[in-house]
Amino acid sequence: MRAIGKVILRTLLQAIPTMLGIVLISFILLHLMPGDAVDAIAGMSGSASQETMHAMREAYGLNDNIVVQFWNYITGVFSLNFGQSINYSAPVLDVIMERLPATLILMLSAFVLALMTGILVGWGMAVFAGKWPDRLLTSGSLLFYSAPNFWVGLMIIVVFSAKLRWFPSGGAESIGASLEGWAWFLDRLHHLVLPSVALAAFFMAIYARLTRAAMLEVLRQDYIRTAAAKGIHPVVIQFRHGLRNALIPVTTVAGLHLGNLLGGAVVVETVFNWPGLGRLTMSALAARDNQVLLGILLLSSVAVIVTNVVIDWLITLLDPRIRA
Amino acid sequence: MAKKVPVLELLNLRVGFPGAEIVKGINLEIHEGEKVALVGESGCGKSLTAFSILRLLPNGAAINGGQVIYDGLDLATLPAWQLRRIRGKGIALILQEPMTSLNPVLPIGLQIAENIRAHETMSRKAVNERVIELLDLVGIANPRERARMYPHNFSGGMRQRVMIAMAIACNPRLLIADEPTTALDVTIQAQVMDLLEDLCSKLNMAMLLITHDLGAVAQWADRVAVMYAGRIAEMAPIRPFFTGPRHPYSQGLLNSSVEDDWHYTDTRLTEIKGTVASSAGEKGCAFAPRCPFAAAECRGAPPPLEEVRKGWLAACYRREAIQALQEGAAHVPA
Repeated sequence: MRAIGKVILRTLLQAIPTMLGIVLISFILLHLMPGDAVDAIAGMSGSASQETMHAMREAYGLNDNIVVQFWNYITGVFSLNFGQSINYSAPVLDVIMERLPATLILMLSAFVLALMTGILVGWGMAVFAGKWPDRLLTSGSLLFYSAPNFWVGLMIIVVFSAKLRWFPSGGAESIGASLEGWAWFLDRLHHLVLPSVALAAFFMAIYARLTRAAMLEVLRQDYIRTAAAKGIHPVVIQFRHGLRNALIPVTTVAGLHLGNLLGGAVVVETVFNWPGLGRLTMSALAARDNQVLLGILLLSSVAVIVTNVVIDWLITLLDPRIRA
Repeated sequence: MAKKVPVLELLNLRVGFPGAEIVKGINLEIHEGEKVALVGESGCGKSLTAFSILRLLPNGAAINGGQVIYDGLDLATLPAWQLRRIRGKGIALILQEPMTSLNPVLPIGLQIAENIRAHETMSRKAVNERVIELLDLVGIANPRERARMYPHNFSGGMRQRVMIAMAIACNPRLLIADEPTTALDVTIQAQVMDLLEDLCSKLNMAMLLITHDLGAVAQWADRVAVMYAGRIAEMAPIRPFFTGPRHPYSQGLLNSSVEDDWHYTDTRLTEIKGTVASSAGEKGCAFAPRCPFAAAECRGAPPPLEEVRKGWLAACYRREAIQALQEGAAHVPA
């Protein structure tokens, strides 16, 4: 088994040109947007004079030529200095790192939830293919597949929070309740349920349909008949010979989705008032806090690249044919 | 010589898809240690017959009637859990396509061990030793290392050897081989057939070989059953079959093969005109539309299997007339 850490490092080094491209394009796009951070601040304070605004721009380096600004930014990045957030008056890295854990928890729980329920539901659909449970689940998954996640989020808030009062409608923990230990953990978990479901719904529907298709394909294979001819129990055949093979395409697609999952998190965090990167992105956009936005974009591309390596590695565990 | 104890008996077995009966009532018995070949062209129902024995039919197909008697039990109606005790233990199956009949993501050793563990309670170590012994038995070198490898590490012939090792893992009394060499290179085909023959006599295993390779049948089987359009046309011990088959379809089959060391041949390679599909809607003998000897009597009802000699059956109304005709022709001075 190759050392996964070494592979990640090598992939990251190979990805440097890609990441440079991403930074360059985002930098140009952000500069093409009308207005800048100083406009946003002036708008908030209401009455800043032209001179004050000019002085502020001078202080933040916003009057420099765009090439100079890019050079300043990129040389900073190589020494792990991602610049200063104008909005928060703090280093970008600190601002991001403060929000990152909440987003990671949300993404991870949504991802695990989507994979597990998706595979389980898809397996059920395949077992009952063509019968009423399959039709019911197929229509259900079509609903989740086509509904936008902010709408799903709002609907489950209406039902499970406003009406049934089972779960809180937003935030990551109960405000003002200084809980410790298990009580703290359960409180966080309680807050995590609805946003995870809202984020997972779309992906769950995809994985369910994918598992169904893969499973039906696999169950037609000759080796399933071989397994049955050995006198193995049908449930063992379904899992060891069926699902084991059907998981390969599902895992591949799930790996490709991690970037989309981050995009979905931005919207869901806004709906659920979740203190993560998604909401940071929205507020940085509103405040034209370009350094923070660039930092988030760079971090997300690194995250997507790393998770792809991990997924590739997982697939080699599942499928011996692609092991070198 | 084979003892006369039937391992498996098919009694009036009928198999079909909804709206189409493919196997139309087959009677066949296979005795202890006997090697029976079931031959016929594609679409005649020979594979369906083989799969129906262990109820491993493709989706949609079902046994419509008749019995499959093994060990005093009717496999056609046996509860699934009881049937599982026979699958892989009393009766084993080898499929045609070794490239797709092994699970690509599991090591071959595990796939063989699975068969053993499904039927015997043995320690993990004993199972592993047995797997290595089996791989060695089917002629795979370095079995200890090879057991940990995956199907894609093996060639087609080697995979078929793995399939055979899997099939004989629990010393079955009957091995069903559905065209076990069709997908292999010609040079490998002979090796695999030799291996199967060797194992049959070593383990005193009966074998039902589904094939359309008459060369393999001639070398190898004790008895042959020729199937045509879902019925048995002729069933005979191997020697009389190759020297003087009685059913016109059997004669056609032999005439369309290139082997020249069989006694029954009129030296030219000929085809049987038409296809199996020509028999669709035929009330009488299914072969009549393609038969050069067909007469009015052939169109009434399907001909019954009648004894030619002891242990030799043929289903043809004009059997005697044809024989007289052919023997007459043979006596005409050149």
